[in-house]
This record gives sequence, C-alpha cells and structure tokens, in this order.
Amino acid sequence: MLEPVQLTQFGVTELEAQHALDRLNVRDVDYADLYFESRISESVSMEEGIVKRAAKSVSQGVGVRATAGEKTGFAYSDELTKQDLEIAADTARYIANSPKGDSPVPVPVQRRATRDLYPVERVKAEVPTADRVTLLNEIDAEARRYDPRIKNVMASFNTEYKVVAVATTDGALVADIQPLSRLQITCIAEDRDNRQVGSFGGGGRVAFEYYREDNRHLSYAREAAREAILNLSAVDAPAGVMPVVLAGGWPGILLHEAIGHGLEADFNRKKTSAFSNLIGKRVASDVCTIVDDGTLPFRRGSLNMDDEGTPTSCTMLIEKGILRRYITDKLNARLMGIPLTGNGRRESYQSVVLPRMTNTFMRAGESDPQDIIRSVKKGLYAVSFGGGQVDITNGKFVFSASEAYLIEDGRITSPVKGATLIGNGPEILTKVSMVGHDLKLDNGIGTCGKDGQSVPVGVGLPTIKIDEITVGGTQG
Amino acid sequence: MLQEHRGTEPAPIVNGYTNLAADVLARAKACGATEADIVVADGETLSVQVRVGTVDRLTKAREKRLGLRVFIGKRSATTSTSDFSRESLEQLVADTCTLARAVVEDDVSGLPDAVQLATEHPSLDLYDETVLDTETQIDWAKRGEAAAFAADPRVTNSEGAEFDSSSGRVVLANSHGFVGSYKSSTFSLSVSPIATESGTGTMQRDVWYEVQRKFARLPSAESIGQEAARRAVRRLGARKVATKRVPVVFDQETAGSLLAHLCSAISGYGLYKRASFLLDKLGQTIASDLMTLYDDGRMVGGLGSRPFDGEGLATRKNTIVERGVLKSYLLDTYSGRKLGLPSTGNASRSVGESPSVGPTNFYPVPGLKSPQEIIGSVKGGLYVTELIGFGINMVTGDYSRGASGFWIENGEIAYPVEEITIAGNLKQMFKDIEAVGNDLVFRGRIASPTLKISEMMVAGN
Repeated sequence: MLEPVQLTQFGVTELEAQHALDRLNVRDVDYADLYFESRISESVSMEEGIVKRAAKSVSQGVGVRATAGEKTGFAYSDELTKQDLEIAADTARYIANSPKGDSPVPVPVQRRATRDLYPVERVKAEVPTADRVTLLNEIDAEARRYDPRIKNVMASFNTEYKVVAVATTDGALVADIQPLSRLQITCIAEDRDNRQVGSFGGGGRVAFEYYREDNRHLSYAREAAREAILNLSAVDAPAGVMPVVLAGGWPGILLHEAIGHGLEADFNRKKTSAFSNLIGKRVASDVCTIVDDGTLPFRRGSLNMDDEGTPTSCTMLIEKGILRRYITDKLNARLMGIPLTGNGRRESYQSVVLPRMTNTFMRAGESDPQDIIRSVKKGLYAVSFGGGQVDITNGKFVFSASEAYLIEDGRITSPVKGATLIGNGPEILTKVSMVGHDLKLDNGIGTCGKDGQSVPVGVGLPTIKIDEITVGGTQG
Repeated sequence: MLQEHRGTEPAPIVNGYTNLAADVLARAKACGATEADIVVADGETLSVQVRVGTVDRLTKAREKRLGLRVFIGKRSATTSTSDFSRESLEQLVADTCTLARAVVEDDVSGLPDAVQLATEHPSLDLYDETVLDTETQIDWAKRGEAAAFAADPRVTNSEGAEFDSSSGRVVLANSHGFVGSYKSSTFSLSVSPIATESGTGTMQRDVWYEVQRKFARLPSAESIGQEAARRAVRRLGARKVATKRVPVVFDQETAGSLLAHLCSAISGYGLYKRASFLLDKLGQTIASDLMTLYDDGRMVGGLGSRPFDGEGLATRKNTIVERGVLKSYLLDTYSGRKLGLPSTGNASRSVGESPSVGPTNFYPVPGLKSPQEIIGSVKGGLYVTELIGFGINMVTGDYSRGASGFWIENGEIAYPVEEITIAGNLKQMFKDIEAVGNDLVFRGRIASPTLKISEMMVAGN
C-alpha cells in the first residue's frame, strides 16, 4: 500500500534524511539515495502430520548509495541513528573523487502514486498463528485422503510484511507497504520400493483469505499429491532433440531464463549479454510478444514502485519477435541513455539495486491448445517445472521439468520422469511455431536469484510449441 | 553476510554478548520456557568490485543479529531480530513463547543432553586480525583483472573482479549452561573475464577464485586472473555433440557438486522424512570401493571448521564412507533422535532458524592418478567443467543437468562442448566412480579431486 512517508517509524526525521542526502551530494555524485526498510517475516511448517515449527524474524535497516559515472558506493546499517546515517553516507561517497563538503540537494517532495496494487486493508498481514496451523492441518488431511500411497506431507506457510521508504537526490520521498505470502506443499508417495515426490504451491501480495477462497489450499494439496502419485508410474525421459509443447503458466520460466535475464540492462551496458546490440533485431518468431509487467494487482512479482521509488510499468520486451527494450534501473538507464522502466530492485537494505524482472510473460496467441498437441508426432509435453538457470554471456539456459508426458502421434501418453531442457536464449524463441490462446500466469511461487540476491517474481505463458530443443533424459 | 558457522577461535575477551545471552535466557525462563538457546552473531564486510580497470562498486557494512529458540515442554519456536534494545528483546522473548504455545507437541524436540555439550573449544586458527584498507583491496582486484586481460588477447571484456574481506564472531549459549564463542574471517578474490571468438563474436565467460581464512595464504592476484583467463579462453569455439552414452570425467568443481548431493542424501532431515534416495543404507555399499570420505570439523584453518556445532556439541572427524560402505549419516540432535542415533556434531545454525544439518569439511581420500592420466584413460567421452540447473531429484536420485566442458578423443582433450545435458541416477553414479584423482584442493567446505564415472547419458544433437 502506498503510504504518506513517515520516516519517524524508522526512528529518523526528515531533516536527518535530508542532511544525509546533502552529505552524499558531492560534486561528482550523479545520484544518491537512502533506502529504509523494516520487515517482519513469519512462517509455520508441518511434516509427519504435525505443525512442528513456527518462526518469526524482525529486521530493520538503511541502505545508503551514491553513484558517480559507472561507480557505485554502498553502505548499510542496522542502526538508524543520525551518526550511523552520516558514517554510511561518507562511506558511500568514497567512490566519488570529490572534495568533502555538504552541498544541499533540493528538499525531496513527497509523492503519492495514483494506484494501489495490493491495498493493505485487504491484505492484512496479521493472522493468528492458530489459523495458520489449522490451514496446514487441513492440507495434510486432504493430501492423505487423495491416495493412501501419500506417506508424508510437508507444508509451509510464509508471510512477509515489508515497509520501505526511499529518499533520493533527484527529489523523491516515497514509501510503500509490500505484503507477500506463499503456501508450499510437498508430498512423498510410496508404493513398495518406488518413492516419488510431488510439489505445488501459490501465493502473492494477497490476504490470508485468499488461501481459503473456494478451498484453494485444498486444491493445492490435491495437486501436490496428484503429481507424486503420477510420478509413481513415470517412465525414463527421452534424450535428444525433439519438439516440446509447454503448458501455460509456470512453464513461463522458459522466458525468464532464456531471454529475461539477458535483457537486464546491466549486462547489456557492459556488453556481456548474448543479447547485447540486438535491439530492433529478430530474436523470436513473429507469434511471440513478451512483456515484463510489474503492475498486475496482487501478483507476487508486482510492485507499486521499484526500490528506487520509480513506479513500475508494463515494458514491451519482444514485439512480434523483434527485441524492443531492456529492463532498467536508474544507473543503467542513465548510462545507456534509454528509458527507465521501474525495474530497479534489491533483496533488502543490505543489497545494491540491480535491474530485475517483475512478472514476465508471453501474450496469448491464436492457436487452440489441443491443435498444438495434435501437431506433434513424437515429442514431450511439459506441464510443471522445478528451477532454471542461464549463462548470460553465452546465452545457454536450462530448466527442469517435474511433470511431463510423451506425445505420440498427436496424443498425450505416458508420464515421464523429470528431465532438464537446454537451449540457446537468442535462438530458442525463433523455434516457437504455435502460441495458444490460453495465457495463464503462474500461481505465485517464483523466486529469482541474481548476484546472490533473491527477489519474488512471476512468470506466465500460453501453451506453446517449440519445434526443437534438447531434452536431457536417459533414454537415447 | 553473517558468517556464524564459518570458523573458530575462542574469544579472548569476555564480550558483552555473553551477558546479553544470559539475560535473554533468564527472561525466556521467566516467560515459561523450559529450555532455550540463543545465537548472537556480528560481522564486518568490505567488498570491492573492479570492472575494466575502474572501481565499479564498493560495499561496506557492519551487522549483527540475535536468534532465540525456546522450548515449552515439547513445543518449540524460533525468532530473530537485529534490534538489541531492551524493549525489542522483551518483545522477542514474549513473541517466541507465544509462538511455541501455538504449535503441536513434538516428542523428540529439545536441547541436546547436557553431557553431550562441548567442554573444550580448541583454537582452529580461523581468524586473522589483518584489516585491509579499501585501497589495498582495490589494488588486488585491479591486478587480478589486469592479469586476466594480459594473459590472452582474446580476453576482451570482463564481468569484473571482486575482493571481499569479512570477519565476525558468534556466541552460542543455552539453558544447560553452555556458553561458547569464536571469531572467524575470510579473504577472497574472484575474477570473471569474458573471451570473444574473432569472426563469430561469440562470447564465453568463466570465473576463478580463491578463498582463505588468512590473508597471507591467498595466492597472488595475478595467478588467479591468469587461471580465470585460461578457463574463459579454452571455452571458445564450443559446439554440441551427438546424443550418446559415454564415460564422464568431472573436474574438481563439478565433482564437488556431486559430493554436495551425497551430503544432502545422508542428512538426517531428508532421511527421517523419507525424502532421500539413500534410505536405510547404513552399513551398505553406496559407492565404488575407491571412495573413502571424511567430514572433519576440526581441520586447522578449514573453511568449514568450528570448535562446536550449531547446538554446542564438539565437532569431530567422522568417517562417512569407507571403501564404498556408508559408515555414518550427518546428524544433529533432532534428526538423530528421529532415527534413533546420536548426533554426529553436524548441526548447522542460521541465526533465527532451528538447527539443520550440514557438512563441515567434507572430502574424499585422494587417489593416485593425475587428472591428465584420468582423461588419458577415456577413448571417447566428456570432461565436465561446468554444470547448470536444478535437475536433481533427492527422493529418487534422478539426475539431469546442463553441462559444458570438453570432448575427449583417444585420451586427449579434443574441443570444447556446450548446450548439452548429462543424465543418470545418483545411486548408480556413485557406484560407477571408476577413478579418483590425486588433485584434492580445499576451496570451500566440500572438496573433491577429479572423478570419473564409467557411463552417463549425454544429450546433445
């Protein structure tokens, strides 16, 4: 929720913040900011049929940053006294070759956004622990009821309530309340010597009631159980190059790994990305239109403003196959002379801002998903995935299926064991020949890692057909 | 980063945290806790990143954190905070006790028995008083990156070089009267050059790094930069190979990742949840008889060493695998009790979380063959130097990851390869280890020499 700024809740007055910004604003410094954050995280988890663990953590601090040319000076502190702010400011401006001395910056103007993507009245963070415990107990019972071969259910429910305020030398003083929660379920199925695992989860910047709407939590439990039971009958995955159909939703992790990271401005400014110098060039077939959109209500990857106080936006990355735009933070937008997209994000006050994705998805196409499957003679249909990874520089990316099936003569047949898919980012989307009309966003489980920092993100995809990609199974 | 488990040295001075810990434990008792333990950690970090000869980023930080775990009978909860003020800590204790009352009784929960707690805290030589100034760190990073550029004209760009120094201390105390503390430090340099193929313009990045607890033990910045350049340049011209079943040789780094999967599979938590592919295998053959593995928490100067574990038990050297036979799991008190076994002293503890299990310094006894001899034994196969992705199923052992490295033909490295996967099942892969190299070097908590696996499926064209 966007709030009027109240730095006093961080134990700092606006005057003290102003003074710290003044200290940072020496001659060579192009831009500086103070990022105040307080965060309360809570979790409960269950296994073996009982809710055994509950945990809570509280943290508060300030990150102080100055940029000069390509250089960034950064310091952080979990103490928020005037003195600590000054020490941090002096450290951060070390990178500027300027003489000491305070040069006043314009008084920051409080800014309020015109939209609120996750109103806090509706996303009440305070949920009694007893209610969380009941939620998990019901999940355990539902998963075991699904099939007696479900032998263990591990479930966790995590919530985070984060308040941030950003004061900048370009004159902004803006704050946001960012709630976030996630429910995650893993089931182990056992049938004699055969043991398999299935997982499902979801969440977002949503209220606790979200998980109980239409018994959503129970449907998650059944999905996790279903995947584990299905895998009991899975056969070894094939190895080699073949057509692959990706189902909608979470398989959008393809976009995140194959092109999303490669379009982050920092790698392109440094010309270390396989996508450097490709703006305006074809990097996908003309049925592919891909956006990064931080403005979707209640989504895990959404933000009213990024961590530099810039309102998030919907950025056209690839339009009908042509690369249009990189995603940027202030430093890289300034150095590259390209538009600011509101993608400057950080894990916490302890980390520096980097250009990061929000919710990345492909727009719906025109094909019927059934026709897409019918068009494949022999290939793979992948429905759910674990994680993925990319080498930004050579463009090679992988993502690993956790639920997949063979396609034989246009029909979905046997479930197959998980396998890793590997491809080349700038090439793979040129091999997308069909895009379904069934765009689905994921359920809200994604966490993206970059440079040691984790941030919540979303992905989405309609059903698509990739004409050829290497599948890393064991059966040649 | 807080480095609460990274190393050890008895604190030479009575520090304020010991009193703080005692105070919080007393409050927890007053609040109704039957048992409790507390971790307090603090640290300082200076990180310098240089890119293409100029400073790119400078980060300096001090931080501190306190984690509390309470038991009320057989119920427990864990909390943490960075705010050490009296009101904040009073609130923390009250919150923790409230949370503990909200969860369900768990029969085996509780602190370790008092008699098991460490009574002596040996110095393991893990702390270096050296404080580097910013200019020195900038100089190291610059020299490392410059050496990479100078090593080969095909090194044309860089993701930068980073020099980090950090130091910190940890205090652990519990309601049985245990109090322990240690200091630790690390110094590291990493260099990430980018090589470009003339003609195609294709780029390859690689990285090389060194990390040591003592500054004086770091090799020269130049040697690290040169190795990084060699690794990036040798990847140029990489291609795919045909899908086939072949022998696979893992270099030190990638072999270490296989041992990390083994650690997860024999961790008590995975075992009692029946979420491991190595259930009920104690005393049985799980690997080739060439494999003998140790976990040694007392290795002097080790990156995984510490005088006591995350629950206050003395660390030790355990034989994990002896000639292929599984001799010991990795356990803390809780997972041990679930399995009816004593803790192996492998409790690892993040401030604010209940203990989990982790290796200390985990390594195989090296073999006699050099990496060159092992590669020389392969007629046609793969030498893996990098793995990406998460295609590892810990429940079944199914393994499928993206790989890059080199094709071996008639015992010689023929050409670089990329955009391929390797697949198999870890249960079989450990048994199929056909050669163990003589090149064991510790560059982290888990170390491995070169390993050769007799056959895996390589998927490419």
